[in-house]
Amino acid sequence: MSTLTIRDLHASVDGFEILRGVDLEINSGEVHALMGPNGSGKSTLAHVLMGRSDYQATAGSVTVDGVELLGLPTWQRAARGVFLAMQYPVEVAGVTVGDLVTAAFAARGNGGAPADLDTQVRDEARRLEISDEFLTRGVNAEFSGGEQKRMETLQLAVLKPTFAILDEIDSGLDVDALRDVARRIEAMTSDDNLGVLAITHYDRLLTELKPDRVHILLGGRVVKSGGPELAQQLEATGYEGLAAELGVDELTVEKPKEADPFGEAGF
Amino acid sequence: MSSFTPQAARELGGPDWLVDRRVAAAEQLASITWPTPAEEIWRYSRVDELDLEKYRPLGDDTLGEAGTERAPGGGPLAAEAGERAALVVVRDGRVVHHELDESLEAKDVTICDLATCELDAVRDTLGTCSDASPDAFTVLHDAFLAGGAFVKIPAGVVVERPIVVLHWSEGDGCASFPHTLVVLEEGAEATVVERYGSPDHDHLVDAVVELLVGDRAHLRYLSLQEHGPRTWQIALQRAHLGRESTLRSSAVALGGDYARLRSESLLAGELSESDLLAVYFGDGEQMLDFRTLQDHDAPRTRSDLLFKGAVEDHARSVYSGLVRLRTTAQKANASQTNRNLVLTEGAAAESIPNLEIEANDVKCSHASAVGPIDDDQLYYLESRGIPPDEAERLIVLGFFDDVFNRLPVKSLVDPLRRTVIEKIEHRSATRA
Repeated sequence: MSTLTIRDLHASVDGFEILRGVDLEINSGEVHALMGPNGSGKSTLAHVLMGRSDYQATAGSVTVDGVELLGLPTWQRAARGVFLAMQYPVEVAGVTVGDLVTAAFAARGNGGAPADLDTQVRDEARRLEISDEFLTRGVNAEFSGGEQKRMETLQLAVLKPTFAILDEIDSGLDVDALRDVARRIEAMTSDDNLGVLAITHYDRLLTELKPDRVHILLGGRVVKSGGPELAQQLEATGYEGLAAELGVDELTVEKPKEADPFGEAGF
Repeated sequence: MSSFTPQAARELGGPDWLVDRRVAAAEQLASITWPTPAEEIWRYSRVDELDLEKYRPLGDDTLGEAGTERAPGGGPLAAEAGERAALVVVRDGRVVHHELDESLEAKDVTICDLATCELDAVRDTLGTCSDASPDAFTVLHDAFLAGGAFVKIPAGVVVERPIVVLHWSEGDGCASFPHTLVVLEEGAEATVVERYGSPDHDHLVDAVVELLVGDRAHLRYLSLQEHGPRTWQIALQRAHLGRESTLRSSAVALGGDYARLRSESLLAGELSESDLLAVYFGDGEQMLDFRTLQDHDAPRTRSDLLFKGAVEDHARSVYSGLVRLRTTAQKANASQTNRNLVLTEGAAAESIPNLEIEANDVKCSHASAVGPIDDDQLYYLESRGIPPDEAERLIVLGFFDDVFNRLPVKSLVDPLRRTVIEKIEHRSATRA
């Protein structure tokens, strides 16, 4: 069993602090939901965990089984078993999903890609109802939102990381795609002992992907954690209700907009 | 005193009409105005660095003798091109070896040296394209062309396998003038693959390729430019397209110190189609310079252009392209796309698309882009566990993929990919 531990994590973008002390602990096979309104710092947390270069972790630690990830380049964090399914997967022309997972396995060493990688990719595509044409195109090139998220899930299933961070994998999905994606990930938690941090605004995702724990992020901090019932409670009270109950003033941590001399406000 | 004299042009020999043509061109040289970057068509170029006095034309005695030698460096490409219908080896502009499938010989396909074959067809067609788009370097070329590959496919004949032409130019301080003349008669079909190479010599290659595509004829054409790092190339490739004919042309430019290609298609026949594709990759101090023309002079003609390039180190590239839709070109459809990746600080790419539309019922689009590798793409690949260098290789190869996939000779794609990878791996500067 592995453990992903986030301790007192602070992070900034352009010198503006967005994460103000986040603590979370996720074990293999567990599903943790992280919920919060827009601007609460959810996506920032995802990118800080993955090491995106324009996000700076300024304090705290992120470890997998005691090994510090902060300071490692993105690809080495991935090589240590952390996978980020992106909210906006990026189109890469001419690079197929097969090229991508082959290169990822090659970088891990251990003799490179498994011999049956092609078959694995095809099997996963069938399971996730991705048609063959998406396997021969550049990844995410002219994919719909649903196709993109299915393709993120395919990569997750083939690369078999220890922990998956799902950054709003439910956004832009129709009901069918949401169910297919959520069920596949749910299966990975039991078949492959995958640990999941599912970032979402809504509990729609959580009806298929059953969380063990639910955490509420407000103002760059986890203000409350609980069992699955917390998601339902949130549905009833809303974030503002919950904030009032907890005595939290600041829901969001959005950077104040700089005055734009050419914007409408200037005229 | 320049060695490019009418006397030197005369001494190259050949049939009288060719000598006269050469001397007439050489006589123009004395009064010609050499171009400067102040002219729009030479803007951003390095033509002002060219010192013609440094070079001399190869004399008749120093040029290779027909049939006696093969071009060094020709072997691997000839093999990579796979099964072929014909092979022509051109050394310093003169054909030194040619061979043709017997079955095609029986169908009157002609492969020969245009200076020595004594065919009326050469005399009748030589200069058809280049005379329609002259500049100082086509005049110099005409004055000193010592020979060249002549390919003629008779009406209705379909040549399935590629016709391979290998050009090798060498000699420090020498200039050579390779010429290729391809004539497809009505309804003929062929694939022509040319490779231009040179050693690490300070050599000037002033090349002309004429592609005459007859009515309902179909030509696939690929040129690979792999010159040595000190070679200068100034080349014109020009096609004239007959009614309902098609040209699918691709250029791959990788070598040279300064290598310029003017690539032009004249869509002269109704319903003719021209696709111009190119991939280029500059590194070190080299400059790759492209000037393109899609000239629509008949109704319902269609042209497409896709030029994709990358530059790194201190290399520079220029793309300047014109789509011209003449009054005669009603219902024509033209598109022009140029995209450039600038991989390191210190490298630069210019991209200048232009339209000249005189007809009122046409479709026309153009796009151009210059920029570094997208950070979001790098991050995306890295987030899957791919190290940055490998991620960049994947992105660059993927960027070229749509052009590579359209090259007419599939067996050349893997070697070209390897060359691109080598260029990335041997980079001297840091990433942009």
